[in-house]
Amino acid sequence: MLIYLRKRIVSSALPLVVVIVGVFALARMTGNPASLYLPLNATQQMRDDFTARNGLDQPLLVQMADYFGGVLRLDFGQSLRTGQDAAAMALRAFPATLQLAATTMVLAVLLALVVGCWAALKPNGIADRISSFVSMAAASIPDFWLAIVGIWVFAITLGWLPTSGVSGAGAWVLPIATLLLRPFGVLVQIVRGSMVSALSEPYIKLARSRGAGELRVVTHHALRNAAAPALTVAGDLTVGLVNGAVVVETIFGWPGIGKLMIDSILQRDFAVLQAAVLLTAVAIFALNILIDMGYALLDARVRPVTVKA
Amino acid sequence: MKSSLTEGSTPEQLPVAHEQQNERKDGKQDGKQDGKLSLFRLLLRDRFATVSALILVFIGLTALVGPSLMGDLATKQNLLFANKAPFTLAYGWEYFLGSDSLGRSMLARLVVASRTTLSVALPAVAVALFVGSLWGVWAGYHRGWRENVSMRIADVIMSFPSLLLAVVVLYVFSPSAANIVLILALTRIPIYLRTARAESAELQSRTFVDAARTFGAKPNAIIVRHVIPVVLPTLLTLATLEFCYVMLAESSLSFLGIGIQPPDVSWGLMVSQGRQYLQSAWWLSIFPGVAIVVTTIAANVLAAWLRIATDPAQRWRLALPRKRLIARIPAKEAKP
Repeated sequence: MLIYLRKRIVSSALPLVVVIVGVFALARMTGNPASLYLPLNATQQMRDDFTARNGLDQPLLVQMADYFGGVLRLDFGQSLRTGQDAAAMALRAFPATLQLAATTMVLAVLLALVVGCWAALKPNGIADRISSFVSMAAASIPDFWLAIVGIWVFAITLGWLPTSGVSGAGAWVLPIATLLLRPFGVLVQIVRGSMVSALSEPYIKLARSRGAGELRVVTHHALRNAAAPALTVAGDLTVGLVNGAVVVETIFGWPGIGKLMIDSILQRDFAVLQAAVLLTAVAIFALNILIDMGYALLDARVRPVTVKA
Repeated sequence: MKSSLTEGSTPEQLPVAHEQQNERKDGKQDGKQDGKLSLFRLLLRDRFATVSALILVFIGLTALVGPSLMGDLATKQNLLFANKAPFTLAYGWEYFLGSDSLGRSMLARLVVASRTTLSVALPAVAVALFVGSLWGVWAGYHRGWRENVSMRIADVIMSFPSLLLAVVVLYVFSPSAANIVLILALTRIPIYLRTARAESAELQSRTFVDAARTFGAKPNAIIVRHVIPVVLPTLLTLATLEFCYVMLAESSLSFLGIGIQPPDVSWGLMVSQGRQYLQSAWWLSIFPGVAIVVTTIAANVLAAWLRIATDPAQRWRLALPRKRLIARIPAKEAKP
């Protein structure tokens, strides 16, 4: 298990480093922030001072070495926009995204398990129709449009929910409903598919012949074996959500990491952008390893093979 | 006819091409008879797929000839007719779908935007399909370091924030449609690369590939003549699904203000522009969204049908005579 973990950490570390270096270089290609932060009538002298003060006149490689040196000392630089510590800004925005992502994924997994199992037990039944309809909708409806329709119907026409913000429970309904559609639509098909094949296995027949109740057969025997593919896909979907639901956060004014990222990109606030990307990359890195460990804990067949490899 | 919906629409359930190969090798005559002609006949049997294909053809034609029929209607401002509600012919046919705050015809703008939207989505899918498939088949056929390096590159592209890439293009290059096509193609190449690699890595150890190698065929010739024809149906089905994804991605970029720029207009941009008038003129945001949803649903249904139709192990579902299909529907549904 430890050998496997080490292998996994080494192989995921490479993309992590490449992404951070790539963000560093690409962000600087967007132009000099001096033209954005100084008044229009600023002299060339003022521009040069600004550039030198923020170390932007150095060659890219020197800047990068400085930055990585700072990261090792846990110094992520200051925001150009607010002068605050970049890491603190990223850390402050992250919980909002995490709360949104966690609530959405828990709801999506629970709903997908219930509806997916139900659909697998009764092909062509009500649950089966609902799940195939939702999956089709999830793959076809743009999330920003769904959010706007939601605002139009529930906030403007009916006046039940607020249009944006984070105050009160009502503010959570629309963002979560918008985010929920895609993970649920994907997961319910996976659960249904793997449950259909698990329910046709001989051990299910054995469990039934031993007199196990239908609920026990589904939850203890079939679902345990069918859960692995759903777990993998759920992990990928969570990664997508943690990466920042930029569109949903922008529309609903949700102060999360996605909104922070796009704001700092548009304002050329390099330090904040790098801190945000670094934070999400590390979170995704940790999440992937957790998923792999969960996979091995859930399915005994995975363990010996991976250790040998 | 229900089959195309219930078979699911997730890319994870794409047909496995090597099964096809078995079927093809076993019954070559059958394969010849089920050629292109009968694929068209199969399409006509599935009502949902036929309607979807018709919708897509209609949208394609609209994008092709519509803008020239509309003339300058899409840009002509008429403040007398500003913010007119839809579904009335009182102001003339061009205002049937309402007008925006400058009195421009919604219908004409939708038609013009359809061309922009499709001229981004279609080339992006084509470029990604072409590059990703060839690269993936090549990597999977040769295995070894070529495979490893390709997979690592795919990992890096997949984990890169594509939004940042789009913003860089916006600032460094001009945010033209061509650059957006390149960005979308670049970020979607790994999907084809991974699929094509997996299929081709499995195929290259098969007997018929071995046989070709024994007869002295060069690797490139084997890839073109023996591997690609087997992988192609899977990749084309994937491309149909990807068309939806790319269209949604373009809309999202335009919505965030880093995609298509005014005065050009795409459906995603129209949703974004209408957002501030949501209280007074809901149709400005809702109609372009409906256009996106109708197009993607049609492409999704067609992809689901294509997945079954190109998979010989499942094709019989579509070839069933209508009467037996009706008989298979449970009795309780037949009751009024």
